[in-house]
Amino acid sequence: MSAFTADEARALLTRVMGLSRAEACEANLFANAGGNIRYARNTVTTAGATTDRTMVVQSNFGKRSGTATINEFDDAALERVVRRSEELARLAPDDPEFMEPLAPQQYVATEGWVDTTATVTPEYRARVAEASIAAAKARDCTAAGFFNDGAAWQAMMNSKGLFAYYRNTNMNFTVTMRTADGTGSGYALRDFNDVAKFDAAAASRVAVEKAAASREARAIEPGKYTVILEPEAAAGLIQFLMFNFAARNADEGRSFLAKAGGGTRVGEKLVDERVTVYSDPQNPDLPSSPWGGDGRAMRRRNWIENGVVRQLYYSRYWAAKQGVEAVPLPNNLIMAGGEASIEQLIRDTPRGVLLTRTWYIRPVDPQTLLLTGLTRDAVKNLRFNESPVIMLNNLDALARAERVNGEFGFPCLIPAMRVRDFTFTSLSDAV
Amino acid sequence: MERREFLQVSGAAAGALVVPVWGRPVRDFTGALTPIPTADRKRLADAALNAARGRGATYADVRIGRYLNQFIQSRETKIQNVTNTESYGAGVRVLADGTWGFAATNDVTEDGVAAAATRAVAIARANARLQTEPVRLAPQRGYGEVSWRTPIEKSAFEVPISEKADLLLAVANEGLKAGANFVNAGLFLVNEQKYFASTDGSYIDQDVHRIWPNFGITVVNQETGKFETRNSLSAPMGMGWEYLAARPAGRVAGPTAVTYGVSYDMVEDARNAAREVKEKMAAKSVEAGKYDLVLDPSHLWLTIHESVGHPLELDRVLGYEANYAGTSFATMDKWRSKSFQYGSPQVTLFADKVQPGSLGAVGYDDEGVGTKRWDLVKDGILVNYQAIRDQVHMLGETASHGCCYADNWSSIQFQRMPNVSLEPGTAPLAPAEMIAGVEKGIYIVGDSSYSIDQQRYNFQFTGQLFFEIQDGKITGMLRDVAYQSNTQEFWNSCAQICDRRDYRLGGSFFDGKGQPGQISAVSHGSATARFNGVNVINTARRL
Repeated sequence: MSAFTADEARALLTRVMGLSRAEACEANLFANAGGNIRYARNTVTTAGATTDRTMVVQSNFGKRSGTATINEFDDAALERVVRRSEELARLAPDDPEFMEPLAPQQYVATEGWVDTTATVTPEYRARVAEASIAAAKARDCTAAGFFNDGAAWQAMMNSKGLFAYYRNTNMNFTVTMRTADGTGSGYALRDFNDVAKFDAAAASRVAVEKAAASREARAIEPGKYTVILEPEAAAGLIQFLMFNFAARNADEGRSFLAKAGGGTRVGEKLVDERVTVYSDPQNPDLPSSPWGGDGRAMRRRNWIENGVVRQLYYSRYWAAKQGVEAVPLPNNLIMAGGEASIEQLIRDTPRGVLLTRTWYIRPVDPQTLLLTGLTRDAVKNLRFNESPVIMLNNLDALARAERVNGEFGFPCLIPAMRVRDFTFTSLSDAV
Repeated sequence: MERREFLQVSGAAAGALVVPVWGRPVRDFTGALTPIPTADRKRLADAALNAARGRGATYADVRIGRYLNQFIQSRETKIQNVTNTESYGAGVRVLADGTWGFAATNDVTEDGVAAAATRAVAIARANARLQTEPVRLAPQRGYGEVSWRTPIEKSAFEVPISEKADLLLAVANEGLKAGANFVNAGLFLVNEQKYFASTDGSYIDQDVHRIWPNFGITVVNQETGKFETRNSLSAPMGMGWEYLAARPAGRVAGPTAVTYGVSYDMVEDARNAAREVKEKMAAKSVEAGKYDLVLDPSHLWLTIHESVGHPLELDRVLGYEANYAGTSFATMDKWRSKSFQYGSPQVTLFADKVQPGSLGAVGYDDEGVGTKRWDLVKDGILVNYQAIRDQVHMLGETASHGCCYADNWSSIQFQRMPNVSLEPGTAPLAPAEMIAGVEKGIYIVGDSSYSIDQQRYNFQFTGQLFFEIQDGKITGMLRDVAYQSNTQEFWNSCAQICDRRDYRLGGSFFDGKGQPGQISAVSHGSATARFNGVNVINTARRL
């Protein structure tokens, strides 16, 4: 059995610390148990289940650090992994940026575990596939989808006495519906900690409706347009923006957040004043771990407040060098939404393009954070070249936020939004 | 719910590479570099196959694999981390009631692999209930006991860490000395020791090596707030440590830049990068419009990968990847017509898993099929796809193409892109001669940004270095260049291809496919080629 309780983790990790002969030691314990089912062409293609438990031990002597991992847990194995990490530490070169293990931390309480998700069975997964395929067949569509579910456990202890523990459950479902004549395509994504919130048939019907609606799409000329981005479409661009909020790159002058003449844009207005982006491990719709990989405590952090850059994230080394708080990389992202529904946004738009999904987003120019990507499952699909910074300066309206994953699979709450002058550079024949 | 841990590679700005790392980090590879005795593995394999047959499987295969990885990263003169991983286990795939089942275990004992085989059959039978398309396997003869290994000169895993660290530090020093502000460098190594056995009567032992040295050199102008990066012009290769020997035979002194073929000089490349990145920062911003593009192999490999390699994966064409990477414009009706003009008559694109030094080269694929070469596009016409044992019948063929792969013992094997390459031109033509014939053009070296739609029509690429061609002469560097086209239009605009002397491999160490996702490494060879009238946009924006 891979799972472990906080007490079991504490006992196991205490034994590991007891074995250490290094100047300092840190051990991380991970376990997961879950399964998946994949289907395409209205038939199941693959299905699997995995269970695993791994421990990573890092030892250090001065600024030399070594890491070894094991997936066996008898006494001999624990001795073996600790000694291996110590041997590697002795062989490793000094790392001038090495940081000593953290002292014990206080963590807030978050709840990301739901029993129903932890007990999903292969039969349940088969029923998900069946319901989705049935929705496809009812409207003469072909379904291709993927459902995966699982539970994860993490614990950490170091030789300074820090101990942390977190467990969570998650399910993720995606389906692509294509019409029989190949001219229409629709997509749906659902991501929850609690599988009881998931309705495979309903989600699949949404994708089928989008496929039917996208048939015989009209082409529009590339150019700048007012667009309404559904949360899933906006997410990829917003995620990219936030993945580039690293302080060190900005301080080194190699980021869109760096300024000519030196310094960064912290404290300056970067985007429209209606934009507020923050992280919060205790958000009830998006609970996440209260600690980061190196044991740093997570709490609410405001990255952008009313359009002004408030906070960047730091490695412990860089924060120490700059003499500031070592604000860690977050575990979730929340962008404040408005009160309107997306239907209201649409009604208030004289002329615009509705984007349900953005895809294959890649960086073009880090100087301006210019990204390129495609719309997918839309009015004749288009390639865009746009920077999320410019996009959020052209903000027109925000609707209510929803939980989505975006192209990069990072949990976030993003609102639908209407923006002006979104740049489409060419047409795509892809459906 | 992936059990793999992802390691953030490179401290550089946007677009940091995420590297999949699994298995357990180990101190060094003592012991792991000595293969497990074949007799032991045969005994274990037979235990799995017999258990599968005993439960009614009509076919079974087992892969007992040890997968070693090493990743070393540095920034400027600091080694940031050295990660060694080892993963050992067995994966059993079976066919029962016309349906696939798969199970894997790290308990590599006779009982452990037999139990995995039993689970695989149970999964196959459970899924058979929903099966509407029973699996049809192309026949495959058993090879008996055979072996193959990458013909390396020296295993990179046997080279001490200190020597590798010294190389990365020399690269950093060279870059910093020449005026760079930041140097991020890395060395990735892979060794797959895999033993495949099947109920067809094959026992195949293979030892596969791959290597990828790379860097990014960045210069920052504090006054203007501008920054620019030039990445390395190395290629990931199916070679050992000898790739880094900087042999003269590998050095290609091109019309404007030095690139590399079968041997790489990382320190020289760093020196060149530091100089070129400053020129690039000060270069003229391109005027958007139509240009004739001259594309170096160090760039063209990625265009081939995205616009030829992926659309011609048969399972993608048939809709099996619709929910992830999409489908393909190269539908089977186009292939059946025997007259679909994928490219101009100069264009022949071939697939293989045999080219020496390539990432895809092995003796046998991961379902026991001997590897070969075959044409995908011949003289411009679409003639074939990439297909494996359970797909070739859809093409009316009776033998798998041999391009099945799993990235770990715990992953199920499926169709992956083989090497896909552009045949060099038959008439003698060197890059300098090609450039001399271009009136208004851009010569592109190295790869960078890439993006393509879900049916592989519309794409956009940038590169590392751009040179303006006016009336047959290189007149200087350009910046802010991206080209955008439609696959069929692009390949039909191919006007000339240099000859075999200019042929070089490029490739990807981390191609992704499938749900749950797997990675694969693949090479793409070409000689410098010219494409006429391609749409170039200017990517500069004001924040």
